[in-house]
Amino acid sequence: MDNRTADIYQILDTVMDPEIPTISLVDLGLVTDVEWENDNPHVKLTPTFSGCPALRIMEQMVHEKLIESGFESPRVSTSFEVAWNTNMISEKGLVALKKHGLAPPPKHAGYIELDVLSDIACPLCDSRNTTMQTPFGPTLCRSMHYCKNCHNAFEAFKPVT
Amino acid sequence: MELTERHVEGLKELLYKMADDLLILGHRNSEWTGLGPVLEEDIAFSSMAQDKLGQSLALFELLHELGENVPDIVAFTRNDNQFHNCHLVEMPIGEYDFSLARHFFFDHADAIRFAMLENSSFEGLSMISRKFRGEIKYHTMHADVWMKQLSQGTEESKARMQSAINATFPLALGIFEEGGYEAELKEAGIFEGETALKNQWLEKVTTELQKHGYTLPGINDVTPALGGRKGFHTEHLQPLLNEMSEVFQIDPGADW
Repeated sequence: MDNRTADIYQILDTVMDPEIPTISLVDLGLVTDVEWENDNPHVKLTPTFSGCPALRIMEQMVHEKLIESGFESPRVSTSFEVAWNTNMISEKGLVALKKHGLAPPPKHAGYIELDVLSDIACPLCDSRNTTMQTPFGPTLCRSMHYCKNCHNAFEAFKPVT
Repeated sequence: MELTERHVEGLKELLYKMADDLLILGHRNSEWTGLGPVLEEDIAFSSMAQDKLGQSLALFELLHELGENVPDIVAFTRNDNQFHNCHLVEMPIGEYDFSLARHFFFDHADAIRFAMLENSSFEGLSMISRKFRGEIKYHTMHADVWMKQLSQGTEESKARMQSAINATFPLALGIFEEGGYEAELKEAGIFEGETALKNQWLEKVTTELQKHGYTLPGINDVTPALGGRKGFHTEHLQPLLNEMSEVFQIDPGADW
């Protein structure tokens, strides 16, 4: 990665997910490429879910941040070229998810089975004595769980292949 | 290989029927929002609705790249005879047993269809198919869990699911109504075809249902609900389209 591209990643590391304010779009793994058109970056994003309603907002946020950083006509586009999966979330990102009270997704080997989803550590007390209540949550990327140790309901960022 | 005009027509036909299935079923699923039998199910059907609408949008965007109108116009301004979805997806949500049976049959077909399309020679399609895999996995998992749960519930729950399976199976077979370009699609490596898909699907749903003691009606004992792919629909589609496009029709040029 050349210097000016590395700079872009650094700038975008300050653009946070609109629904999870502790994690940046870079740490989520949504920035898949930066190309250069003369002096202007063309940032490529990949959606977490095809039905994610935050997609356009994220494009807008990235665009605004690049303008703010002094680029005259940056471009932001979204494509499925690189299919996002939860293994693309950085280590720093996994910590950030937990900070927001979400259990981070376990690493997967390309497939998900039900027992993977039931074996989630509680983000509040770290106990694995938990049970999944439903794989669908308040947003497409979350599932809902219950901790039998500390008796709290919690949400997890669900693993996606 | 170089795509001829017939290949492109076949590709469009394929994209339209998939996009229409997802758009219409997405809307039907969303009708459970606020009405699900328990909160978790309400959220599940709402989430699956959102996935399906997102997936249909991606397919309509591919069609737009092939020269069709923009997604909103295509989605909101056609009449029922211009839609290519199968009858299965346009039926009202009915009782929960029907919605679950439809969900089970459709999503297993969808999972296999997109798995086949991951190897499509049409790159746009193989790209989104890889993307959809992780999403659809949660849908089939949800359907399988309920098939299992209700088979182990009471006599009534099992009997109702079996009768929903019987009633829904002929509708589900309408998914695989062949289009006019099956040979071209296969030849160009775009899609292996509806018959190949149906055979894989039959094997999958038979195994899954047998595990829980359900039976599938004999394929030769039922009449598949055909016609949807050619624009012939039941009385239920047009009212859904009217409702779906109600806001759009008030001011088609509105800037959101």
